[in-house]
Amino acid sequence: MAARAIWKGELKLGSTRLPVKLYSAVQDRTVRFHVLDDRQKKRVKQHMIAPDSGDEVPTEEIQKGYEIEPGRYVILTAEDLEKLQPPASRDIEIVEFVPQTKISQQWYERPYYLGPDGDEKDYFALVDALQNKESEGIANWVMRKKYYSGALRAVDDYLFLFTLRDANEVILADELTKPSGTAPTQKELAMAKQLVEMLQGEFNPKEYKDEYRERVMEFIDKKARGHAPRLKAVKAKSKTTALDSVLAKSIESLRKKEKRAA
Amino acid sequence: MPVSLFPAQRSTRTSLRMLGPDGQPLARKYFAEKTGKDLDADEVVRGYEVDKEKFVIVTDEELERLAPEKTRDIDLKQFVPADSIPPIYFERGYFLTPAAGSQKAYKLLAETMEKSGLAGIATFVMRGKEYLVAIFSEKGILRAETMRFADELRSPSDIGLPKKKEAPKATVHKFEKLISTRAKKQFSPSKLEDKQTESLLKLVKKKQANRANVVKVEEEAGADHKVVDLVQILKKSLGARK
Repeated sequence: MAARAIWKGELKLGSTRLPVKLYSAVQDRTVRFHVLDDRQKKRVKQHMIAPDSGDEVPTEEIQKGYEIEPGRYVILTAEDLEKLQPPASRDIEIVEFVPQTKISQQWYERPYYLGPDGDEKDYFALVDALQNKESEGIANWVMRKKYYSGALRAVDDYLFLFTLRDANEVILADELTKPSGTAPTQKELAMAKQLVEMLQGEFNPKEYKDEYRERVMEFIDKKARGHAPRLKAVKAKSKTTALDSVLAKSIESLRKKEKRAA
Repeated sequence: MPVSLFPAQRSTRTSLRMLGPDGQPLARKYFAEKTGKDLDADEVVRGYEVDKEKFVIVTDEELERLAPEKTRDIDLKQFVPADSIPPIYFERGYFLTPAAGSQKAYKLLAETMEKSGLAGIATFVMRGKEYLVAIFSEKGILRAETMRFADELRSPSDIGLPKKKEAPKATVHKFEKLISTRAKKQFSPSKLEDKQTESLLKLVKKKQANRANVVKVEEEAGADHKVVDLVQILKKSLGARK
């Protein structure tokens, strides 16, 4: 079943315009629970109350405020908030391009597919150009009354638009201090290197399954049919041991695994 | 190796508070629709809808016990080249800091990974959810990026995108040229300005200067107004000696 586009826009690259459709690349599979009233086992509703009196405040009497200091608010009226909305636009403005490895993982927030809206030749030509140049574009756009910054990238023959976090949102390692403590010895470094190399491979995302989600769903299914299994209590963690003995043990068990596999 | 997790991003999204007619901050509250009665936290439960209006109740304890023993630890399963993971997987970052007694193991892992340019792939369960993470080492500090599972990502065919077509060489060249003329060697985060917050703060300042619509309310007892400086906490945690 084909997905519905959530937005239509135009990639703007100099004087070139490329109409595109935007689709979410993410399919949420989180197990969703409802909040229920414990006595009636019915879905609950929410409302706003004044904490001191406990009285409900109807929607039309609610104001929105920005806290400038503890207990002091500047009220923003519906009119104010409307004025703050960015002017509507369909443009996805590409301001510059950077080499593909230059944006740290920390910036990426949400991926969207861009699909061609009309002309497919230009679309796939841009895919080829981005892949040949190993570049990604930095983009600004307005969608659903909000400003967005993002990255335009070609992955496996299709265009992706990623939303990126705001400049002051990300905490970089530069802002922090190196952890204190004694430096590892040469022998420990050699052992750790050996261990890491034994576990080295290629990233294969299909290898990893959300086992916990499967267990929760299985449990719900059994409980729905009236026979919930008894679950064991959580055991306490084992205590930590000396670093080099842990390393030696890990290497040993990996060797055994490899031998068995061979 | 025991570690602590701290978010690697500040929440900058300026959220507005809901206030009553006199400017007092309001609270969100659950209530039973039928009786109209307000409900406290211990009067509500979590239910999964198996059929229309039919729920299976699941308790916190059950969720906790469903976590397989091994997944309560961050279980490093594999190491992969750090820049080989496509960005579609990344969700959120967390700094890992060494807990008491694990500074040495932490430094060892961080140094080994940084030297070899590798990221560790691991899974663990936290607060009722399993996480797949990639652990990166940068400047002696370990950082976990939570990742989406493969089945949480759609494929081009799921969406119904057209099959790749041969593009005219001339058009490809035209785009390559456009890219070259706008190419920068480095990514500068300053390009990611938060216009939303900027314009909001501007308006707030203006109204404040005019003393327009400023309300003051008595502090409620126990109100949580502490501004958390995440960077300070992180620094302390990275430098904590036992």
